[in-house]
Amino acid sequence: MNSHYGIYGGQYIAETLMPTLIELEKEYLKAKDDPAFQAEYRELLADYVGRESPLYYAKRLSESLGGARIYLKREDLNHTGAHKINNTIGQALLARRMGKTRLIAETGAGMHGVGTATVAALFGMECDVFMGAVDVARQAPNVERMKTLGARVISVESGSATLKDAMNEAIRNWVATAENTFYVIGTVAGPHPYPAIVRDFQSVIGTESRRQILEKRGKLPAEVLACVGGGSNAIGMFSAFLNDPEVKLTGVEAGGEGIETGKHAASIGGGRVGVLHGCKTYLLQTPDGQIVEAYSVSAGLDYPGVGPEHSYLADSGRVKYVAINDDEAVAAFDTLSRLEGIIPALESSHALAQAIKVAKNYSPDESIIVCLSGRGDKDMDNIAKYKKSREK
Amino acid sequence: MESRINRCLNRCRAEQRSALVVYATVGCPTPEESEILIHRLIDAGADMIELGVPFSDPMADGPVIQRAGQVALKAGTTLPEILRIAGRIRAAHPETPLVLFSYYNVLLNHGLDRLGADLKAAGVDGVLVVDLPLEERGEIIPMCDKYGIELIPLVSPATSPERAAKIAEGCSGFVYCITVRGVTGVRSSLPPELALELEAAKQACRLPVAAGFGISTPEMAREVSAHADAVVVGSAMVGTLLDHGADAAVSLIGSIAGGMR
Repeated sequence: MNSHYGIYGGQYIAETLMPTLIELEKEYLKAKDDPAFQAEYRELLADYVGRESPLYYAKRLSESLGGARIYLKREDLNHTGAHKINNTIGQALLARRMGKTRLIAETGAGMHGVGTATVAALFGMECDVFMGAVDVARQAPNVERMKTLGARVISVESGSATLKDAMNEAIRNWVATAENTFYVIGTVAGPHPYPAIVRDFQSVIGTESRRQILEKRGKLPAEVLACVGGGSNAIGMFSAFLNDPEVKLTGVEAGGEGIETGKHAASIGGGRVGVLHGCKTYLLQTPDGQIVEAYSVSAGLDYPGVGPEHSYLADSGRVKYVAINDDEAVAAFDTLSRLEGIIPALESSHALAQAIKVAKNYSPDESIIVCLSGRGDKDMDNIAKYKKSREK
Repeated sequence: MESRINRCLNRCRAEQRSALVVYATVGCPTPEESEILIHRLIDAGADMIELGVPFSDPMADGPVIQRAGQVALKAGTTLPEILRIAGRIRAAHPETPLVLFSYYNVLLNHGLDRLGADLKAAGVDGVLVVDLPLEERGEIIPMCDKYGIELIPLVSPATSPERAAKIAEGCSGFVYCITVRGVTGVRSSLPPELALELEAAKQACRLPVAAGFGISTPEMAREVSAHADAVVVGSAMVGTLLDHGADAAVSLIGSIAGGMR
């Protein structure tokens, strides 16, 4: 496998973990070519996750904007309510194949933690989820879900006590436990081969979407949009369209209170190249190379880095990356809830807000696809708090 | 000419003892105080100093070095400041090898060529980059070659002998053997298989070995020194500094050094 995407990616990690990564790559390549492994993965996606997920024509939303037909890829309808499970099932199957009995994971909004806790229960594995103390407080319902599923949630107090610190702590734990423990990384970041493994498991989003839109419309969409924190739903969605030059691909980063304010999570839009958590990529950092805290109203996008393949796709120009601010995402959250009866995750609302912005640039016989990566139930408290703070 | 690191290891070998390497987080508690501390550590018996560069996300470090890094960053410590401190330590202690111990991102941001020039000017002998394994170190080797900086490689208990041999290839100072599977930090005991692992690393690498991670007391240091050319003490000193102050940290290093002689 190629461990780099142009200058990005790689394996910038302590020597103690290198033998584990080498073994993982070897096992993954075998699993990829193993029909039995793939069959079990497909069967679980169908019967346990509930795939394929619908590609839904959002008619009222589209008509209200008077432009392109907007289609929503309904990853929110997956078991556990987000795209994360596509990946956690795949990695848990890999873990079992490698004889590991314990799963660990980092989580921000809690969706990946829930996804990992779910498959740990399904496969009868021990599970520890590392979560920043700040996120434990703002995503309480997901903490309860993980505990209900039998996982331990370890509240991480170090650093900024958010997703990046949860990942630091997961890596520290893994260094000491790799012999029996599999680290289930939730996004397309981390050292090689993780970005490739996670992309492959999430590519089902794009593969289905491409086929579905061709069935429904007889032609490819004009534009495909997805939100980007680490960027796993986006890579999964984009992967099927990379070789369709007529399809515009747009990754939507979290602009927080605006890139110009410095309070944002747009690593590509407002960061510089660096090395964190095992890969070289765009990062939010000081001129001295210290990582700075990301900010977004949405906990799932609150990460100061981005998957290395996104950095590569940004430089190559194949994918355009834009930023949507908190207020625009919250407005899109409300719009979709009221017009379509679908409450989207705040993360996905960023992609939606960009779609709402650009829909009118297209004619009604063109279509655009938005990856609705998750459901918004987990965000109700946050939205209420956010709106209250705005009233003041 | 023989390198300063080799001269140091040979000198210790002639005295029939292992070298004592002390890791200090530069800038903890403040840049000024850490500079004074390092002078004192050398006077107390440290044969070699690892200049720890603080990083916001030290993934290979336990709670003590994490805390020290945060203290140092809060005190405004930057790599250019660390390099200035290194230059002054070099001037005062011409024969004590200095090794910069860092995460890669800080070095990358400084600019690798500029780093090489600055290290050479400051009189730093080597660089050890925690998160730059064999697979990625090609990025930094040209800088090391150009400026005569020794790249200190790391091997761990998880590293196979074949891989250890590859890791040592092209390196000349010593190889840093991580003694435990885990992050840095004070430990009450070391793994029983450590002696065998250190001997195996020596065989595979054909370089002097320094054993580090978890060595916390004079007894442990003495025990490990039977199997290693150098013994690294980090968290024990830094933790003592944080909890009990510089005098206690210097006296710990003094007693470890005394125990190894």
